[in-house]
Amino acid sequence: MASSASTPLTQWHRSRNARMADFAGYDMPIQYTGIVAEHQATRTAAGLFDISHMGRLRFEGPRADQLLNHLLTRRVLDMRNGQVRYSLLCNEEAGILDDVLVSCLESPSGRGEYFLLVVNASNREKIVRWLQPHAADFPDVLITDVTDQTAMIAIQGPNAIEICRPLFQSSIESLGYYRSRVTQQMGKPVIVSRTGYTGEDGLELIVKSEDALRVWENLLLSGRNLGIVPVGLGARDTLRLEAGMPLYGHELDESTNPFKAELGFAVSLKDRTFVGSDALTHLQAIPAVEKRVGLALEGMRAARQGAAIYDLESNRIGTVTSGSHSPTLNRPIAMGYIDHSKSAIGWKTLVDIRGTKVEAEVCSYPFYTRKPI
Amino acid sequence: MTIDPKTLRYASTHEWVSVDSDNIGTVGISAFAVEELTDLVFMALPQVGTKVGAGEEFGEVESVKAVSPLYSPVSGEVIETHTSLPDQLDILGTDPYTKGWIMKVRLSSPSEVDALLDYDSYQKQCSGQ
Repeated sequence: MASSASTPLTQWHRSRNARMADFAGYDMPIQYTGIVAEHQATRTAAGLFDISHMGRLRFEGPRADQLLNHLLTRRVLDMRNGQVRYSLLCNEEAGILDDVLVSCLESPSGRGEYFLLVVNASNREKIVRWLQPHAADFPDVLITDVTDQTAMIAIQGPNAIEICRPLFQSSIESLGYYRSRVTQQMGKPVIVSRTGYTGEDGLELIVKSEDALRVWENLLLSGRNLGIVPVGLGARDTLRLEAGMPLYGHELDESTNPFKAELGFAVSLKDRTFVGSDALTHLQAIPAVEKRVGLALEGMRAARQGAAIYDLESNRIGTVTSGSHSPTLNRPIAMGYIDHSKSAIGWKTLVDIRGTKVEAEVCSYPFYTRKPI
Repeated sequence: MTIDPKTLRYASTHEWVSVDSDNIGTVGISAFAVEELTDLVFMALPQVGTKVGAGEEFGEVESVKAVSPLYSPVSGEVIETHTSLPDQLDILGTDPYTKGWIMKVRLSSPSEVDALLDYDSYQKQCSGQ
């Protein structure tokens, strides 16, 4: 295998003796001190994440909105400067190609707008290839993969906003949820979004690669008395699982459609056509066969991806897609797909954990919801 | 009694064994293994009376991130297990060599122990990882 690419922060992670691993071709920190400690710090104070492996694609030109509107399951044409939307990319058969965030941002020139599409690291090359034939019909739209010229940093947790407040030129507190803006940190441009993948309040920042280390260290400095810790991809996964958020390659893949994934909210079919809209219109009208559910397991063993789910009569009814010990609940939790007829909250199931059937109750997710401020 | 890790023998899979004069082996996992696993949440112990073979799986330990099999460093019959350990896995972080013992085995081939790593060789293996 080719050696992993570094992010602008890889050397910092290594200097802190983080446990590193390849993730989607990038040399990424899995943990610094331990998954549970990093998870708890994010829930109670603030966690700082290098998420530079996420793909970042820029769409510019007068018809950029029309191209994206043709590709995304959410409407893009009505997006205003500063808005962020969660959306899916589907193929013609309504299979999920990726889940993404699309942002509408002000051009650095101050004239007009451009769009930024944040895609999953593991899907970036696939999506860039998939875009090409569609983009050919929009020759005036310039698509640039800016992933390797930039870095992406998330700061998440109840203290995240307070930590960021003194650092940016424009007010961060006034930035609404799923809103984004271009501001400056020490004279250098930063795209700041009130988004995240942990279930906590917080921000995701995109900076030029050469500015990444300075921004990272300034965030740590600003948060030094507010409990900030660097957090690896291990806790990022347990945090998103508690928050009930899907992960591509686990809950989502091309054999999964948005409705069974319980992501119908990210599909806008009214008065528009886009790639996959015919298949989605058809699927929306028929009852789903399977549904994404949460599972609360008995005992202390976690069910992992691929574990079979049975009903109490030992009929196979589904499969686990993600599972872990939940640091917040101190018990194992999971997500998976099960037969729609057996997916009601409270339904008792059995999950095969390496040969032993363990009782698990269908439950709602998120498993964790932050307290209102 | 406190066990000095320098007196133990180790499997390359990170289990240690201490053998007494009656050829009873006490088995646990090394501090290095506990450090590598981090955030332990579950341990499955063997049944007393189970026959284990050297290099064979006898149980498992689970961290937040992953499940790892436990391999017996010696062959024999399990005569006792540390049944309260799974409920206090923190002990493995503080005292993996004494209070953190996992099982006792009546050795069927005591000479197997000679093939295991001594402390220095095991440390060398760990630092090479």
